[in-house]
Amino acid sequence: MSDHPAQGWIGASVLRKEDARHLLGLGSFIGDIRLPGMKDVAFLRSQVAHGILKSVRKPEQGGERVFTGKDLAWVKVLEAGPELTNFGSSPYPALAEGKVRYAGQTIAACIGANRAHAEDLSELVELDIDPLRAVTDCREAMRPGAPKLFDHWADNAFIRASVNEGDPGALKSAPVRVSRQFRMNRQATVHLEGRGIIAHFDRRNDELIIYLSSQGPHVMRLGLAQALGLPEHKIRVIAPDVGGGFGGKNRLMPEDIAVAAIAMEVPHPVRWLEDRREHFIGSVHARDHFYDLTASADEKGNLIGIEGSVYIDAGAYSLWPTGSFMEASMASRNLTGPYRIRHLAIDTFTVATNKTPMGPYRGVARPGATFAIERMVDEVAREIGVEPIELRRRNIVGAAEMPYRTAGGMVLDTGDYHASLEEAVRLVDFDGVRTRQARGEKDGRAVGVGFAFYTEQSGHGTKEWMKRKSRVVPGYESARVQMLPDGSVLVHVGVQNHGQGHETTLAQIAAQELGLHPDQVSIRYGDTATSPFGFGSFASRSIVFAGGAVATSARVIAEKVKRIGAHLLQTDIASVRLEDGTVTAGVRSVSVAEIAHAANVRQELLPEGMPPLLENVSTYEPTETGGVFSFGTHAVIVAVDPETGVAEIEKYVVTEDCGTMINPMIVEGQVQGGIAQGIGTALFEEIPYSGDGQPLATTFADYMMPCATEIPTVEIAHTVTPAQATEYGVKGMGEGGAIAPPAAVANAIADAFRTLGVRISETPLTPRRVSDAVAEARAKGAPR
Amino acid sequence: MKPAPFAYVRPASLDDALRLLSADGGDAMPIAGGQSLVPLLALRMSGAERLVDIGRLEALRQVAVTPSTVMIGAGITHAEIEDGRVADPANGLMRRIAGGIAYRAIRNQGTIGGSVALADPAADWPSCLIALGAVARIAGPGGERTMPVEHLIEGVFATALAPGELIVAFDIPRLAPSARVGFAKVARKTGAFAMSLAIVILDGAEARVVLGGAGTRPLVLAHTSAAVLAPNAADAALRDAIVRDLNAVDDLDAYARRLHTATVLRAITEMRAS
Repeated sequence: MSDHPAQGWIGASVLRKEDARHLLGLGSFIGDIRLPGMKDVAFLRSQVAHGILKSVRKPEQGGERVFTGKDLAWVKVLEAGPELTNFGSSPYPALAEGKVRYAGQTIAACIGANRAHAEDLSELVELDIDPLRAVTDCREAMRPGAPKLFDHWADNAFIRASVNEGDPGALKSAPVRVSRQFRMNRQATVHLEGRGIIAHFDRRNDELIIYLSSQGPHVMRLGLAQALGLPEHKIRVIAPDVGGGFGGKNRLMPEDIAVAAIAMEVPHPVRWLEDRREHFIGSVHARDHFYDLTASADEKGNLIGIEGSVYIDAGAYSLWPTGSFMEASMASRNLTGPYRIRHLAIDTFTVATNKTPMGPYRGVARPGATFAIERMVDEVAREIGVEPIELRRRNIVGAAEMPYRTAGGMVLDTGDYHASLEEAVRLVDFDGVRTRQARGEKDGRAVGVGFAFYTEQSGHGTKEWMKRKSRVVPGYESARVQMLPDGSVLVHVGVQNHGQGHETTLAQIAAQELGLHPDQVSIRYGDTATSPFGFGSFASRSIVFAGGAVATSARVIAEKVKRIGAHLLQTDIASVRLEDGTVTAGVRSVSVAEIAHAANVRQELLPEGMPPLLENVSTYEPTETGGVFSFGTHAVIVAVDPETGVAEIEKYVVTEDCGTMINPMIVEGQVQGGIAQGIGTALFEEIPYSGDGQPLATTFADYMMPCATEIPTVEIAHTVTPAQATEYGVKGMGEGGAIAPPAAVANAIADAFRTLGVRISETPLTPRRVSDAVAEARAKGAPR
Repeated sequence: MKPAPFAYVRPASLDDALRLLSADGGDAMPIAGGQSLVPLLALRMSGAERLVDIGRLEALRQVAVTPSTVMIGAGITHAEIEDGRVADPANGLMRRIAGGIAYRAIRNQGTIGGSVALADPAADWPSCLIALGAVARIAGPGGERTMPVEHLIEGVFATALAPGELIVAFDIPRLAPSARVGFAKVARKTGAFAMSLAIVILDGAEARVVLGGAGTRPLVLAHTSAAVLAPNAADAALRDAIVRDLNAVDDLDAYARRLHTATVLRAITEMRAS
């Protein structure tokens, strides 16, 4: 324990416990699990985007290994989306019945000795589909005469909603009115490990065992039990090593339900492993927002209001439990950003189209909202002739105004936003860029600098999720801390580690509270049979909720350890300290191991009447359940070729504040990784559709994923403003890195051509889009 | 996706390979590095009853240097060229181009002959070999013949190879030591196929400018090649020549014209600075 840092384990950059096995290739993912007699499933998917499914004919040979919607008619189709009566019901069967609504929808499941044989069988299944006209654009879908996905709906809107605050009527006469349209195109979530499931019915325990690559096995069991009509004690869901999720593994998907259902009908385990092509057409899609906004300001550049509409292209179905309904609300409520904008009037449309269903993805809605508002701020600044950073200085909420309730109804809790901006201005050497721009580049490229400020609502509980009418309300997390007879500790949690480093950070927290070394603590998760109920990892919630639950539960154990220690030292609890693996009172001490031994196997040594065992389950919810807000500034320098449109990122700077950091090294890894994905959104990743509904990026040949050579080394600076409402003052921060890059990169590209008045309004900013925008501006002539 | 069933044979000699590919007229396909074919098989977008593995045939892995040419076997990998393990007839240009093809793992497997036989209009080797005036040696049921790569490649994934024919090697004229070359490539990201690729060679009184990614096959830009010969041609004159060349290409939109013009100009600039 010589490496016990003086300030304790909170804030120590401990190396990640999970890294050794992953670096050695010794992890255990779904694809590593082999069960005796296991067979593979291949799904036959619709190649038609919209059509009447008239028949599915099984082959004569092997037909008994083909399952169709009719075979799974006993499976209950779950209602999904928010609990709102005006939300369009979009029943989504595991295997299509009646109609297909997107290219890639599962129609039949075929079983083979391995995946290749299963695919051979799927080629023999005959489909009869009468194609219908498809609609692939969310605004087209809302026009009269557009093809309708669901006959029982009035139009293609899952839901319409409005956010109004202040007096938007007053904005019409504002001195400065800037109208712009922005689009963030559709993309995939692209976790390194695809989705996957193995299911088999275990006769000994009379339960369905499901190995699922999931962000939340407990919630998946909830849904599977309802769909399959099994009581929950007869379903065990195990999520082993999960190779990334980013939101893409947090919905109950048709493949999951189909494989689990088939496992109840066949005498052998069945497995489905998503391949990359299936990932692009059948996993959740993300982003796909359209904004039509008008910003109002006074002559001095004080922002007054934002009005307009937001369209969310949600694809063909709502996914259980919550669909993509929160996109519209989060996008519109985040449109005021960190600014003192008091008037907000946004109409939102969440629209069904013949495209793959939308799900959550790192940042959920905020990359789009931040892109829209931060681009808009730059446009307003250009309109009134001030530097974009100057306009931000005038409008960003000050530290003294915290807590600040935004027009979107969120309470920004703590932090010095201005200091964050100024530090980014300094680190990116803003003045140096302006000097360089005046000089010009030898190679003919244009250099630009862009800024984007983001806030990241995290650790939100009951209040926020009730506001969202969520079907499942993730208002708490749980932890079971067990101290074993030798004093070592097992901690079971309901969150799921899929890359976040929970095995390390949660061990640091337990070690801190128990006076132990993190190596004496094992974090266990991902098994409904062993961990208390929890909601899983998403929405930047794990360190706030699970961290709090581990701290709470560990404190109960620490208290009992001290009580036993005091008894053994023949003193009272107020006189003892628990640290470095011992309970001490003055010069006398007893080891935690001796205490644990007594508590577990020598109860005669315990104080009179004290029950044995050192085990406790606690739940935790922060004292403020509307969320705590991490924040920061991203600043980027790009060099852009005006002809080819290729943008190169020269420098990327982040100043961020996520409250107290449990492990700063892991925080920086999360920032760097989030930015890699944000750069993907900004410059590379896109799944376009043809007019008849065919996805046009279905392999990595067409889907541009940024790799090491495309991602700059990010310079990260931290400030630490502890949250008031959480344990240790932590805030969640897993998503922030992915929120700001599209806005920052786009602002930098626009800045490179600021004298031309180039319109940069759509991600990803492909070379073609950038070059076209420059050419268009040149054709119009410089506006000023 | 997994491939449909196929048989796999690895013949010991070129003659055996040619017989397996043509003798009974069965559904057979050659495979060398497999870096394009294997994904297409897995996607079930391509298939054959039998794959004939020609990747290890010694006859396809020959390299021979003469005073005026370098012969490079069709089975030589991109990595072998990148690493300088075979002679470079183009004063380092081929090494450089090889190093920019896809990713190292692909370069370890993929072959120069496979790249030409596939004839992807955005691939590197077709443009390079056309720019260098390479001639392919082709073996088939009817014996051996030769054909300039410029004529061999006919269109998108289309060549003049007859069924059962294989490319054996390329005879590539050596550039003079004083020759000047320029190369520019624009791709969406490292390792992606080129959106535009230009090679400029000025060798004594001869100039050749080749553009890949613009049409159905690599294009020799005649006007631009002529313009490059003028030692001090102004940018405007070069742009004018490029525009005239691009006017002959169907289906180029405004962006494609800007892109290809910029790429060709960048290659010319590099050639002049060399």
